[in-house]
Amino acid sequence: MKESTPKIRVRGASKTFLRGEQRVEALAPVDLEVRAGEFVCLLGPSGCGKSTLMNLIGGFEAPSGGSIEIDGLPVAGPDPRRVFVFQEYGIFPWASVWDNIALGLRDLPKAEQERIVAQHIELVGLKGFEKSFPDQLSGGMRQRVAVARALAVSPDIVYMDEPLGALDSLTRLQLRGEIHRLWKRGGMTILFVTHDVEEALQLADRIVVMSPRPGRIQEIVEVGMPHPRTSATPGWAEKESHLLRLLGVGG
Amino acid sequence: MIAPVVVLVLAVLVGVWATRFSQRAQALLLPSCTALALLAAWHMYSVATEYELRSTQADGAVETRLIRIFPTPWDTLPAMVELASDGRLARYAMASLFRVLSGFALAAFIGIPLGLWAGWRRSVFLAINPLVQGLRPISPLAWIPIAVLSFGIQDEAAIFIIFLGAFFPIVTGTMTAVQSIPLVYVRSAQNFGLSGFELFRRVVFPAALPQIVTSLRIALGVGWLVVVAAEMNAVNSGLGFLVIDARNMGNRYDLVVAAMIAIGLIGIGLDWTVRRLERLDEVRWGFRNQQ
Repeated sequence: MKESTPKIRVRGASKTFLRGEQRVEALAPVDLEVRAGEFVCLLGPSGCGKSTLMNLIGGFEAPSGGSIEIDGLPVAGPDPRRVFVFQEYGIFPWASVWDNIALGLRDLPKAEQERIVAQHIELVGLKGFEKSFPDQLSGGMRQRVAVARALAVSPDIVYMDEPLGALDSLTRLQLRGEIHRLWKRGGMTILFVTHDVEEALQLADRIVVMSPRPGRIQEIVEVGMPHPRTSATPGWAEKESHLLRLLGVGG
Repeated sequence: MIAPVVVLVLAVLVGVWATRFSQRAQALLLPSCTALALLAAWHMYSVATEYELRSTQADGAVETRLIRIFPTPWDTLPAMVELASDGRLARYAMASLFRVLSGFALAAFIGIPLGLWAGWRRSVFLAINPLVQGLRPISPLAWIPIAVLSFGIQDEAAIFIIFLGAFFPIVTGTMTAVQSIPLVYVRSAQNFGLSGFELFRRVVFPAALPQIVTSLRIALGVGWLVVVAAEMNAVNSGLGFLVIDARNMGNRYDLVVAAMIAIGLIGIGLDWTVRRLERLDEVRWGFRNQQ
């Protein structure tokens, strides 16, 4: 059955670094399957291996053991169909908003580039800032550029590595809503790294709770609440206290 | 001797008094007071080092002359006019600028590509870095004998020495710039399928550019410092030659100081010109925390 093939399949993947003479186990062998179109959060404290796991899936690093497949094929390296949004500095400060968003479109005809860039600038609400440079924008606007740059290539997976981590709390709330809106248009699988329980609860279909030393998956929590979700949504409080308990905080 | 003392005291008093004023007024007044005080001190030093020269004439009369070997600030003004009006200033300044810009351009043309390459390829770095670091502490001036031996008393000798002075800051600065590019830029680029020359052109070079501009600025400063010494030894024109020639041809220390002032002013002009580069959109982000 074709439908049952997961988009991402991680089997026993682990990562060990050598720090001087010492072997550091960043990630103990983990198993994970992500369905196409799913929104999955990797949640955990710093050092739990959540970014490491995502870098392995994204192809930036090779696993020390186990295997990682996307669409049934082993991951060989970074791929323009699967795009990262980094916490900070991912967009190029030496290029204008327009040129940043056009980065992944450089092989398309000029007219096609123009159309897609304009469409994505509109999509993230940056109309009028096409010629601005990143240092003239707020942190939230810079992340909108990063999101637009990622979506412009119509990726089938978007990896978000604490994309809202460097922003103030109001901007964070606002962008959280927009990321949900963009995902709901369909077609994208999102893997989202965060250490914010509320963020994970609001966005994710499933939450992969990870714990440190060595990094490993502690539990996978199905969220299963209808959108839009707030702390008043039935079931929120139970899920929240369950997650906090897993993370070792709160009762 | 009274006037400079009065100026010195006044400058100090006004300086102390100026600290009550606004920041902007202070920014104008305080350096002016310092400059005035220094001018007064210079004047006093010149006058203090005067001496009387007695000579007995053929008819037995004793003549006394006052010799002032060190010029006062006032003495240098006519010297500047002299240099400007007889065309020496323009001619020698052009000669010096030509040498500095030639040596500097040569250093940039070789140093930037080499630095980019060595910054990006570990093997190239390993191959050249020990050599670069080993040659760098040798003052370019130590090369003067070899430069003169190889090129003769010619422009080429001076250009070679300036090249050496400018090359090492550029190649070291460019190497460091590439090596310190944040990983996230390179990963973003690889993620969007950039590789090879395109990765270099779209990411590595622009990411390193602000630090390259800084190294160019340092290199041009060094070049301008070195040209004076090079021209004292390796050629017979230019502002450095003017300094040494004015002393050798009749102890014209007024011309020496006038030439020094010209050297300083042109140096400021060069630095100001390179700093314009820092305002370009493509590199401005790298100077965000500076004014």
